[in-house]
Amino acid sequence: MTVRRRARAAAGATLALALLTTGCGGSDGGDDGDQITLTLGLYGTFGYEEAGLYDEYMRLHPEITIEQSVVAQSGPYYQALQTRLAAGSGMADIQGIEIGFVSDVAANHADAFVDFAAEENADELESQYYDWKWDQASTDDGRVIGLGTDAGPQAMCYRQDLFEQAGLPTDPAAVSALWPTWEDYLATGQQYLASPTRQEGSAFVDSPNSVFAPAVRQGDTTYADEDGNPVVEDSDGVQSAWALASQAAGDGLTARLAQFSDEWNAAFSNGAFATIACPSWMLSYITSQLGDEGAGLWNIATLPGQSESGSTWGGSWLGVPSSGEHVAEATALAEWLTAPEQQVRMFTEQGFFPSSSVAAESPEVAGATSDYFSGAPIGQVFGDAAAAVRRTPISPYDTQIQDAFSAALTTVADGSRDPDQAYADALAAIEQITG
Amino acid sequence: MTLADDSPRTVTAPAVPAPPDPTPPPVPRRRGPSLSRNRWGYAYVAPFFVVFGAFSLFPFLFTAWVSLHDARLSDISGGTFVGLDNYAALLGNDFFWNALRNTITIGVLSTVPQLCLALGLAHLLHYKLRGRTFFRTVMLVPYATSIAAATLVFATLFGRDYGIINTALEAVGLDRVDWESGTLSSQVAIAVIVTWRWTGYNALIYLAAMQSIPGELYEAAEMDGASKWRQFLHVTIPSLRPTILFTVVVSTIGAVQLFGEPLLFGGNGATTGGARNQYQTLGLLMYQQGWTNFNIGQAATTAWAMFLIILAVVGSAALVGRYRARREGARR
Repeated sequence: MTVRRRARAAAGATLALALLTTGCGGSDGGDDGDQITLTLGLYGTFGYEEAGLYDEYMRLHPEITIEQSVVAQSGPYYQALQTRLAAGSGMADIQGIEIGFVSDVAANHADAFVDFAAEENADELESQYYDWKWDQASTDDGRVIGLGTDAGPQAMCYRQDLFEQAGLPTDPAAVSALWPTWEDYLATGQQYLASPTRQEGSAFVDSPNSVFAPAVRQGDTTYADEDGNPVVEDSDGVQSAWALASQAAGDGLTARLAQFSDEWNAAFSNGAFATIACPSWMLSYITSQLGDEGAGLWNIATLPGQSESGSTWGGSWLGVPSSGEHVAEATALAEWLTAPEQQVRMFTEQGFFPSSSVAAESPEVAGATSDYFSGAPIGQVFGDAAAAVRRTPISPYDTQIQDAFSAALTTVADGSRDPDQAYADALAAIEQITG
Repeated sequence: MTLADDSPRTVTAPAVPAPPDPTPPPVPRRRGPSLSRNRWGYAYVAPFFVVFGAFSLFPFLFTAWVSLHDARLSDISGGTFVGLDNYAALLGNDFFWNALRNTITIGVLSTVPQLCLALGLAHLLHYKLRGRTFFRTVMLVPYATSIAAATLVFATLFGRDYGIINTALEAVGLDRVDWESGTLSSQVAIAVIVTWRWTGYNALIYLAAMQSIPGELYEAAEMDGASKWRQFLHVTIPSLRPTILFTVVVSTIGAVQLFGEPLLFGGNGATTGGARNQYQTLGLLMYQQGWTNFNIGQAATTAWAMFLIILAVVGSAALVGRYRARREGARR
């Protein structure tokens, strides 16, 4: 009886410990025979699976199985990636890298990733890309930590029906001609606001961030100097963008909405604003907010100030951690997924604008139009925007700095701060970030 | 031996009662402190201590260690040692004082109405009502709702342009309120969410304590001609005092750690707690420092500051409790 009781006690304790330890056990994708499993760690919607690229690659390479794990938002994804970089383990064979942290990874963790500039076909790879896309993933000593996937060249979307009601032109060429510069854009906004026939309660632009975010990337510097050190106060991009955006906010041109908030989402279907800055990925956002009812409402014009410089917002890369088990196979897969042919497919099937200039200039992309956006020649609009981008250096804190300015502009728009106070607030918040 | 006792042990027991044994029965060895038996005890409690060590004690000490370093999230253990610089920086940091102020005001705005309401509700539910169990269960529903779901719903209700609360205000001729962007209005809105969620929980705790108050006290009070209200003031409240102290401490700890509601109330995932940090709490500030700005050393410092604040609150509550107990002991 004691033996039985003891055995039972032992079994209980073992079970308890087993329950405890299995929770921590990893499930490494084992390789059966010659079969290789490659994993991708991604965020948001890369769309490779939906576009059938994995299936096609596995058909071309029967020895390879591809698995992906996706975190919904890039913020939490990067937090997890950072702890894995700190631990030096736990990474997938291919990791997605977003523009918000590509510079941090390049500056501090370049050693953890395969250097694509050292690949045999480096020149060929580089020649496929817009030079700014290739440069943004480069380190000071010339390493390249990732291959570009999509890009976010920016244009200006506008509501044709609201423009017509307010007595403004609706044809894209005529609308683009309204605002060669941002000053002209703000003047158009005043005209819109003053129009007696304007739809009641509608604002000219959704948020001051629709002015700030594109304009700040049209300067010679954005938030960093050539070496990637943060320069905020002395940046010409920041100064002109702040002046323009705080003017728009102070003059009541905006709908006083914080982008990506619930109220902002709701405002799309309520026609609360007539224009919004449109990085290429914003098209699918608008489409999903408005659904079928929104077809034909919107059109796309050129971004103000594009003759000086184009502007991009967003975009990603694929990096290959050099500590992985199958680095060669993962590198080959990353090169295939980001190759121009696949970027063309990602554009035609999923709407991601290519970061490869070769892909963007292909007829399938350059000649593309969007029925939903009133037949706008999206391939040409965004292609021109991408080609007009002058390279601006990015810094590890771009996302946080931009959020600080965006929050400060919100306080100007809602009247709780005057522009100078708000600017001081933003600088104080930025000091917390970079200090 | 009773009839009810039909455990297997009785099978081996003699059917006929044995004659009384003249010698006293040997002392059973069951309760002996023998190590061989206790070993299994250690094995049973080990999982708790392993989990506690891994997920409480180690992070606790590691956080203290990190707070002495200038460390980034991607290089947690590689920061440079800076001694107490992070603590000095925290004390000179406007964002810290702002968050502390917000934490206190939101804490007061939520804890006080919450406990008063809970006390009142518990009192009402203490009466013999029709469908009492139903009401008692319903009160716990907010507590069982996820913070995220509740906050998102409330954020929609408090929306500036399309929120139902502003629609209602307008309907009765009042002005719309920009709940999120005002300092007091946003804090009130968040306090409403907290109050909604925790009132029922506290009411049930009060109700349980009320049920253990002896009925004679009320009978005696009634015979002395005390109204229901006087009974509540002079019988119920004094009897509940230890329970009230307990709920005050628990609610205060909750208030210091308030995080999910202010994080989600803005609706766009920002960790700033409003564009002017008008409802950024200490918990949210810590999260912003560590996981938005990736300054994990500063975040660890804020975490320790929060711990010390809670320690001070609980310590002073314990002192108050002990002082009262001693004074009452002296009175008897």
